[in-house]
Amino acid sequence: MLREDYERLRWRCIRRGLLEVDLALTRFLDQGFAGLDDEEQQAFAELADMEDHDLWHLISGQAECDDPRLAPIVAMLRKS
Amino acid sequence: MSIPVLKFDAVIVGAGGAGLRSAIQLSEAGLKTAVLSKVFPTRSHTVAAQGGVAASLGNSEEDHWHWHMYDTVKGSDWLGDQDAIEFMCRKANEVVVELEHYGMPFDRTDNGKIYQRPFGGHMSNFGEKPVRRSCAAADRTGHAMLHAMYQRNVKANTQFFVEWMALDLIRDSEGAVVGVTAMEMETGQVVIFHTRATIFATGGAGRIYYSSTNAFINTGDGLGMAARAGIPLEDMEFWQFHPTGVAGAGVLITEGVRGEGGILRNSSKERFMERYAPNAKDLASRDVVSRAMATEIKEGRGCGAGKDYVLLDITHLDPATIMKRLPGIREISIQFAGVDPIKEPIPVVPTCHYQMGGIPTNYSGRVVIPQGGDLAVPVPGFYAGGECACASVHGANRLGTNSLLDLLVFGKSAGDSAVEDLKGGSAHRDLPADAAEKSLSRINALDNRKGGANVHETRLAMQRTMQDHAGVFRFGDMLKQGVSKILEVEKAARQMEIKDKSQVWNTARVEALEMENLIEVAKATMISAEARKESRGSHVRDDAADTPEFPNGRNDKEWLKHTLFFPQEGNKITYKPVNMKPLSVETIALKTRSY
Ligand SMILES: Cc1cc2nc3c(=O)[nH]c(=O)nc-3n(C[C@H](O)[C@H](O)[C@H](O)COP(=O)(O)OP(=O)(O)OC[C@H]3O[C@@H](n4cnc5c(N)ncnc54)[C@H](O)[C@@H]3O)c2cc1C
Repeated sequence: MLREDYERLRWRCIRRGLLEVDLALTRFLDQGFAGLDDEEQQAFAELADMEDHDLWHLISGQAECDDPRLAPIVAMLRKS
Repeated sequence: MSIPVLKFDAVIVGAGGAGLRSAIQLSEAGLKTAVLSKVFPTRSHTVAAQGGVAASLGNSEEDHWHWHMYDTVKGSDWLGDQDAIEFMCRKANEVVVELEHYGMPFDRTDNGKIYQRPFGGHMSNFGEKPVRRSCAAADRTGHAMLHAMYQRNVKANTQFFVEWMALDLIRDSEGAVVGVTAMEMETGQVVIFHTRATIFATGGAGRIYYSSTNAFINTGDGLGMAARAGIPLEDMEFWQFHPTGVAGAGVLITEGVRGEGGILRNSSKERFMERYAPNAKDLASRDVVSRAMATEIKEGRGCGAGKDYVLLDITHLDPATIMKRLPGIREISIQFAGVDPIKEPIPVVPTCHYQMGGIPTNYSGRVVIPQGGDLAVPVPGFYAGGECACASVHGANRLGTNSLLDLLVFGKSAGDSAVEDLKGGSAHRDLPADAAEKSLSRINALDNRKGGANVHETRLAMQRTMQDHAGVFRFGDMLKQGVSKILEVEKAARQMEIKDKSQVWNTARVEALEMENLIEVAKATMISAEARKESRGSHVRDDAADTPEFPNGRNDKEWLKHTLFFPQEGNKITYKPVNMKPLSVETIALKTRSY
């Protein structure tokens, strides 16, 4: 990912409406993100575009993700 | 260097509840209005509010604005201004019904009216018994509110500048506000917004504390900008703490957990609330529980390696009850405390939740400062509303659901005042020649400094200092030490270094600029808290204890007054009296606050 794209994504992960999402995404950026391939990074960026409550429900397991592209990333967010 | 200038009638800094509400007034009045936000509007922190918004609609049972006013004055421990409180409580029904018309999907009763539920501190008949006053949209009240108001603004042609950070307030030689400087994050470009009206709606600064329920975005930018421009900050010693935030993470664990039978325990597994509140025990009020927890930790009975938290134990509850009655709690605990609360207790600490103080305003949303003999002179062109402002309706302690009301009422009235002041189409005042100087030199310093302080470490030092020295329970000697410590941190914050020097999307730089705002708020809080030698509402000092002469440690003879902190004048503090005169009813007379 280009530096510029990464920094934009970073901002959209570290300044959320819900503290829960701030914490979960920041942790993932620091720990899991670098190990993703391009497509997976793109999928993560798509998740980061979701509304806070919906994303938190996915991360916390209160909702399931049925998009096969996004589901593996959601699984990693849960574990991390 | 020439800086681009964008001309608007009004700029609103902040697109949370308060900013969006103001913008509706201005845009619908036909004024050319810009709204700046660090994030997409519906990602503002208002989205986190679940409990609801207070209004004495009386849909479920009899209610009256005057009862709501009484509760708010009492909740504020009599530090709230009674004119502003009457204004807010009387306007509540109007602003809630307007919101309904904007499309807010409130929960409804069977006959189609807005459903209302009870909430702590809200009573009928002047404190007699709990009343149903809170209006909510399931558990997404704040979210629904932002969406309804954002759509309304889009229709009214409000211009949004998203992922823009306002940097400094611009005042001319007469002190009037003529706009702000702001940076577009995507390009790093600094721009001047030249305006006839500037409204701050930048939200709270809960991130000054190590443990905070607030999202990372709450860095007090509006307060920092105001402080740097010579505007005093009011009542900054008053912060509301929630007893149960997850230790380390801050995420709020709702009161409902103790309601379902959760028990607080110290390092020897003792149910310590039995000593502090023999009857209510773990269900005592927020401030009592928070202080008991702080005392346990201070006296060495905290848990963990640092002995710095206590445990919230629900392991004795039936797992089915936990899953059914406390949805989301198990998930929060697993994610952020690393424990499954069905098997192990949750580490918790009293956690900073809400900022009662802020930029001083009157109830019309105009920013007011002392000048000559007058203690509340409006600053021409400057308005504020929401958590960044101090009207003051929350005084020393806010009631739940009153802050969403605050941002609707004062967001609207700030907008209305600006519309009124701009009537007749007066021209823009001239920009001072050095309008962008302050901002540019701050950015230059960050870009050029080598061997300076690390931003992350400086922020951590500030947060630790605030948590240890100006937490939920305060001690004279700790506050004194806290003042010297925070002034040390301030020195570091003035000498920060960033490694990334890029122009485009430089988030390290943005974080450093936020830190320069946080430190202003932290300093104001510590110095104001040290100076106030009484206990009142959320400000509780060990050396101002409960005595017959001063019940709860509150000293109305000397301290029934608002703090004004002037960082630009050698950290000077002055005081101004509380407005005890409501607009139309009789004064709600001083009384000991007890529930
Ligand atoms: C977990 C939680 C639950 C809560 N629940 C309730 C509740 O149920 N009921 C209730 O009444 N209150 C509740 N509160 C309090 C209430 O949510 C807040 O006080 C309120 O939402 C603040 O709204 P605001 O419009 O003032 O600021 P915010 O919603 O925080 O918005 C601030 C805006 O300012 C922008 N901004 C800030 N700085 C800058 C800058 N430098 N440049 C550009 N833009 C900037 C941000 O991008 C954002 O758009 C809760 C608080 C928390 C933390």
